[in-house]
Amino acid sequence: MTEFLTGLFLVVGAAFMVVAALGLVRMPDLPMRLHATTKAGVLGAGLMMVGVAVYFGDGGVTTRAVAVIGFLLLTAPVAAHAIGRAGYFVGVPLWEHSKTDELKGRYDEKNHTLASPPEMQDAKQDDDVPRA
Amino acid sequence: MFDIAIIASNALLSLALVLGFWRLYLGPTLPDRVVALELIASLTIGFIAVYVISSGRTPFIDVAMVLALTAFLAAVGFARYLEKGGHRDDD
Repeated sequence: MTEFLTGLFLVVGAAFMVVAALGLVRMPDLPMRLHATTKAGVLGAGLMMVGVAVYFGDGGVTTRAVAVIGFLLLTAPVAAHAIGRAGYFVGVPLWEHSKTDELKGRYDEKNHTLASPPEMQDAKQDDDVPRA
Repeated sequence: MFDIAIIASNALLSLALVLGFWRLYLGPTLPDRVVALELIASLTIGFIAVYVISSGRTPFIDVAMVLALTAFLAAVGFARYLEKGGHRDDD
């Protein structure tokens, strides 16, 4: 039973990794590639570490496997956010069929800040708050 | 049966690794390559998981843990380097 469960977790995790790699190759632009690799990739690696924990059934091994999964779940979204943000700022082109780009024109190339959306900027001017 | 599962997961991971290197080769921009490198790091974690199970050498899990953290550091470092560099056209 343990071996069956371990094999199942390993194969399903590896299959998710293949899905992530397929998405990385086939998706048309950077944000979509990030979308494919971060989610499917972390799920695949996490399932494989669950397989390790199930196979050994030992306290120390399980703790370390859970630590690996925790680190993956904590770091992958942050890294994806950082790369996506950097990619947008350095001008990586979006897919030609993309419908909306809500950040367009709101990024200041000089001081690396994003302006607020237009409706929030209006509210700010109405309040007459001095800008820092 | 269990041996087949080990071999199958190794084969699937190898296929994913080839696809990841294909994107690393194609690019077309540096952020795309960073994404490919990050996927390759998580693929290596998968390989370590399979190796730990097939060989029974549990200390290698620590390697997977360190690899997860260094891959994160590398990605954040690349992101900062890109963002400080400003606009670029490297198609």
